[in-house]
Amino acid sequence: MVLGGDEPTGSLVRPYAVTRGRTRPQLEIALEALVETTARGRSGQFLGGREQKVIVNLCGGRLQSLAEIAARMEVPLGVARVLVADMAADGLLAVHEPTGFDADGGDGSVGTELLERVLSGLRRL
Amino acid sequence: MNSPADTSRVTSAKIVIAGGFGVGKTTLVGSVSEITPLTTEAIMTSASEGVDDNNLVPDKATTTVAMDFGRITIDQDLILYLFGTPGQTRFWFMWDELVRGAIGAIVLVDTRRLADCFSVIDFFEHRKLPYLVAVNCFDGKQLHDLNDIRDALQISHDVPVMYTDARNRESTKQVLIKLVEYVLSMRRTRTVGVH
Repeated sequence: MVLGGDEPTGSLVRPYAVTRGRTRPQLEIALEALVETTARGRSGQFLGGREQKVIVNLCGGRLQSLAEIAARMEVPLGVARVLVADMAADGLLAVHEPTGFDADGGDGSVGTELLERVLSGLRRL
Repeated sequence: MNSPADTSRVTSAKIVIAGGFGVGKTTLVGSVSEITPLTTEAIMTSASEGVDDNNLVPDKATTTVAMDFGRITIDQDLILYLFGTPGQTRFWFMWDELVRGAIGAIVLVDTRRLADCFSVIDFFEHRKLPYLVAVNCFDGKQLHDLNDIRDALQISHDVPVMYTDARNRESTKQVLIKLVEYVLSMRRTRTVGVH
């Protein structure tokens, strides 16, 4: 448990301080949803705190899931979710929600194709 | 790596790695993950239940639940995550989020503490999440007959039960492959059944 650690930022002591106390995100984001910095985010032309800059840098290279952002920033998942949702609403980040395996109603072919891709990827490992 | 250009098809998937405390979940994740397993934490408070008020910012009476996870890049626009469940099964609040949209689960079992996974199996069966049972052989010894383990766990004969060595990349890979094959076969059976 990292809460209460002596991190110089102090942001972990009161975990929701960086969200100004908000615990409810503007957007529900799955743990494994992939986050990517947009061109606007990369331009650096926005007003944001330290956390926003860290996230923009983190997701400017390879895609990162919400869980990775939270883990690498050492903030609770809920905090990362509020921050990412705000930044997505401001056009700084793009959030790619998982497709899901049963979301395709009908014959389930989208989910099946995705599973087959996962399977062949695992076999190639 | 991923080019920022065409990411319209970018998506992710996850597999849940469950089992009792100390059974080797993080070891299993680490054996096949392309990153050193990371830990993410969730905080359960009354405030996360929908209260949104600066005056109620939680700093007391919170429960922190940690989950370890790893990552496998399947191809440029598909990333698979392996999420270990929190060690303590009493933190069920996190499990709903973990299983939502998951491909399925691997229940990692230590035959010396079989009972540790009863509640986990109940949970997956209740939530209709496909799972398989992987018996972790800590010292490479396969001491038990898999059918005995199946009987002890009282699981259906359809559910795959197999040995694994959570430390071994190839062994973990085979378990993951088996799970995805199982899920695919279930889907095909279901489709045939419907038409």
